[in-house]
Amino acid sequence: MTYSFQFRAIEDNFDHFLYGLALGLVLAVAAILVGTLIGLLCAFATMAKARLPSRLVGIYVSAIRNTPLLVIILFVYFALPQLGIRLGKLESFVFSLAIYAGAYLTEVFRAGLAGVPRGVIDAGRAIGLTGFQLALYVISPIMWRNCLPALGTTFISLFKDTSLAAVIAIPELTYQARKLNTETFRVAEAWATASLLYLATCLLIAAGLRQLERRFPKF
Amino acid sequence: MEHFLHELWIARWALAQGLVLTVEISVASILCGSIIGLFAGIGLTYGKWPLRLPIRAAVDCIRGIPVLVLILASFYLLTFAGINLTAVESGLLALSIFCGAHMGEIIRGALQSIPVTQIDAGRAIGLTFPRILIYVLIPQAMRQIMPVWVNTGAELVKASTLLSVIGTGELLLRTQEIVGRNFMTLEFYGLCGLLYFLINSVIERLGKFASRRFALQ
Repeated sequence: MTYSFQFRAIEDNFDHFLYGLALGLVLAVAAILVGTLIGLLCAFATMAKARLPSRLVGIYVSAIRNTPLLVIILFVYFALPQLGIRLGKLESFVFSLAIYAGAYLTEVFRAGLAGVPRGVIDAGRAIGLTGFQLALYVISPIMWRNCLPALGTTFISLFKDTSLAAVIAIPELTYQARKLNTETFRVAEAWATASLLYLATCLLIAAGLRQLERRFPKF
Repeated sequence: MEHFLHELWIARWALAQGLVLTVEISVASILCGSIIGLFAGIGLTYGKWPLRLPIRAAVDCIRGIPVLVLILASFYLLTFAGINLTAVESGLLALSIFCGAHMGEIIRGALQSIPVTQIDAGRAIGLTFPRILIYVLIPQAMRQIMPVWVNTGAELVKASTLLSVIGTGELLLRTQEIVGRNFMTLEFYGLCGLLYFLINSVIERLGKFASRRFALQ
């Protein structure tokens, strides 16, 4: 093997890598925010007495969970314009990632809701809270705490999934690494840098989450 | 609709080939990954630190890197290192390693939940450690591993779509080629999604069956 490492190309383009990393984080944050909204709506919908909402949510969750994310991304980006829904690259990616995250978060929030003790809800009813007040002041704080670890892992996996944005030419980290790879042929350096940046970010997020979980002790 | 059926008829063999390759890749990578994962899991649970630490580091690294990056890295890097693998092979390698790391964690979790007294009991009746593993620990761990294992299978079917990026002619790449010819994005991406949905629904059913079959009554 006659490959000698040269990190010059990486040093020159390091700001591109950092830009890619930041873009990936922004995409992941946007997706988890929208996804949380979808997940909350769906999870509370399954609590309703009527059968129809939880049936619909069930179809949504199993349809999305059983379809590869890449197919969803390509479908939203290439096929929806045929129906007259034209989205920009970033919007369409965030939309795909958000509906993908929404399906997983629905399950997370549903489990979190199931973990709210029955007695607390009864106590809330007993002091005369309305259904909405009960959900806002009693159920959701406990639910959020229950969901915190799963929310964190979902966020980390969403951040890793932003690498798929490279496929529709969004200039995030994987795209930058691939670009450098083909432009300068510094193959090993490019992928090592990208991998290390992903790894370091994931570890940092995980460490932050552990701190957060310690700050808010379990109910 | 007629137009779509006509195009579908033209594309039937391409789609069938893609579907077969997708299933083959998924099956092969889950088998290789499970074997890697089994050793990694045993090493993580019962290994002394010189064995445990490197495995721990490798598993954490692999889990912290996106699968797409793993696939691209193994595709581009190995050629440079003088190892010539085809796109399918390097993709398979990346997926197996990815699956191995995840299975390693799953198997570690399952093994750690078995009380240590089981090992003592095995020793007391004179079993060597490999025998304790085979006859005592692994059968009990299976209860926890099986349902998750099946879900990992569904994850791998989904991850196999990423191999389209390095030019492996699995279902998604075949679909992209077909779409590139006839521009019927809605129909063919929809069909592609539906096919993946069907495969994974079957796997999901199997998972539910497995968790019922292996549940402790």
